[in-house]
Amino acid sequence: MTATPATDHAPRVASRQVADHGVPSGREEEWRFAPLARLAGLHSSGEPLTGAVAVEVTGEGIEVETVGPDDDRVARTLVPTDIVSARALASARDVRIIRVPRESVGVARVTVVGHGEQAGSHIVIEAEPFSTGTVVLEHRGSGALASNVEIRVGDSAKLTVVSVQDWDRDAVHIARHDAVVGRDARLLMGHVTLGGDVVRILPTVSYAAPGGDAELLGLFFAESGQFLEHRVFVDHAIPQCRSFVLYKGALQGEGAHTVWIGDVLVRSGATAIDTYEVNRNLLLTDGARADSVPNLELETGEIVGAGHASATGRFDDEQLFYLRARGIPEDLARVLVVRGFFTDVLTRLGLPDVTAAVMASVDARLGVDLAGTGLEEDDD
Amino acid sequence: MSTLEIKDLHASVETESGPREILQGVTLTVKAGETHAVMGPNGSGKSTLAYVIAGHPKYTVTSGSITLDGNDVLDMSVDERARAGLFLAMQYPVEVPGVSVSNFLRTSVTAVRGEAPKLRLWVKEMKAAMEALSIDPSFAERSVNEGFSGGEKKRHEILQLELLKPKIAVLDETDSGLDVDALKIVAEGVNRFQADGTTGTLLITHYTRILRYIHPQFVHVFFDGRIVESGGPELATQLEDEGYERFIKAASPA
Repeated sequence: MTATPATDHAPRVASRQVADHGVPSGREEEWRFAPLARLAGLHSSGEPLTGAVAVEVTGEGIEVETVGPDDDRVARTLVPTDIVSARALASARDVRIIRVPRESVGVARVTVVGHGEQAGSHIVIEAEPFSTGTVVLEHRGSGALASNVEIRVGDSAKLTVVSVQDWDRDAVHIARHDAVVGRDARLLMGHVTLGGDVVRILPTVSYAAPGGDAELLGLFFAESGQFLEHRVFVDHAIPQCRSFVLYKGALQGEGAHTVWIGDVLVRSGATAIDTYEVNRNLLLTDGARADSVPNLELETGEIVGAGHASATGRFDDEQLFYLRARGIPEDLARVLVVRGFFTDVLTRLGLPDVTAAVMASVDARLGVDLAGTGLEEDDD
Repeated sequence: MSTLEIKDLHASVETESGPREILQGVTLTVKAGETHAVMGPNGSGKSTLAYVIAGHPKYTVTSGSITLDGNDVLDMSVDERARAGLFLAMQYPVEVPGVSVSNFLRTSVTAVRGEAPKLRLWVKEMKAAMEALSIDPSFAERSVNEGFSGGEKKRHEILQLELLKPKIAVLDETDSGLDVDALKIVAEGVNRFQADGTTGTLLITHYTRILRYIHPQFVHVFFDGRIVESGGPELATQLEDEGYERFIKAASPA
């Protein structure tokens, strides 16, 4: 068991053993927004999660292995720091290791489908030095899933990992995504959260050597009653690294609740780093709540730059007026504005099928059929 | 032939100290083939007239009427007015982040024409319209009005005017903030729109300089929420020489 200091709160226990972790009461900083009663008990005991999710990995230029949780490549980057991630690891029957071999290019698609059971899963993604990889994880179906994704980006590698939460409305998902970025390596980590009753994603990024560059991008859309939380931690302990964090959320309906926490810690040795984090939320109706807490902690001033921004706003009536004054009906004008709101995140993610899925979801949630509106170019 | 008819229009805006009447009895008729200039000092309410015609929710019409070819405009929503053939070129066009100019234009044209233009023809049409206004083709992929210079915003408004071909166009201070070259390009666009005599234009402006390039048959002086004098182009020349002093003096109590 080792102790790692975490920003803003007491040192956390890092251990594979479920018994080393306590049951959260809800008063802990990390749990204070979470609706514990709706977590399907994922947090409330150390018992193994005995159900299963169907995990399928397809792709090109990758190597996939299935190992047990005790394999020495597992829980190296991500050592559980809470009971849920420890349970996820302990309950994971088949740990997938997805590898993009050295100096090659690989693409993987991981589908995780729940069938109403309580399950744990653990996935390792490793981009070896000088490789370029893209991994899309897609979550569908129902049930309660505790999952871990540990990500290693080798020296000078470029890796994109995007996790899409497109669950059925009743699903519960708590996920920890921990990444380590190597020398002159680049990681793009994305979170697209649309479905589920409660979804809590906790991404952490740290650096193994100078020159690392991490971009964390997120997009979420909460409807009535949904709770969607993204709790980011960027740990700068190494000089000359860069991080950029951009999460955007839309909310509509009574009781829609989103939480974004952006903890960035710049430790004393992390000189010449550059970090910026942004969260923007768009409230489409009354009755929705967006919590947004950027937290930048600087232990050194010898840096290139550090900043954060957070804003939560209502629909801009002037934008609607402008579009409507051009003949565009109100419901379609709203779709345009919400699509536009998400565009910069989707452009940075750069994955056309993820973009298409998000746009379709936005259209459906705003109740607009775009056939014949001129917005979809499918008429020729 | 289209006619926009405004009769004894009164409109107010909500303020902290209650509703304040800004339009105090505007009567004006614009017919196809006609260009009208409404000129007035700042704060006279002439921009409010433009926004009330377009249906901005900030203003409440308390009495009077606006009709387009006999149809009650005040009864229409903002987008219905646009689809009925009214167009407002705004003084301060609104930024819509993430919505590309090409998507916006195509959606708008589809709504106004009632059907989506064929993609191939549409691309040609848009390119030609952009070229006529000296707009760079890369413009089509930028977000609507985001990061546009003042001149680019105004040219983008006139681009929409030419593509949407409304029955009656209201141009609110389209000349403000433009250098001479941009002013000429914008004015040429308005003149192309007006050329075939089937459309009408209501040009709202503070300055006379745009009237060197766009020649209205009718000039109205707007002050204190109403038209205080109407005439021909000679009235604009007079305003150029004398300014608005005469009207301001006439309106203030002795």
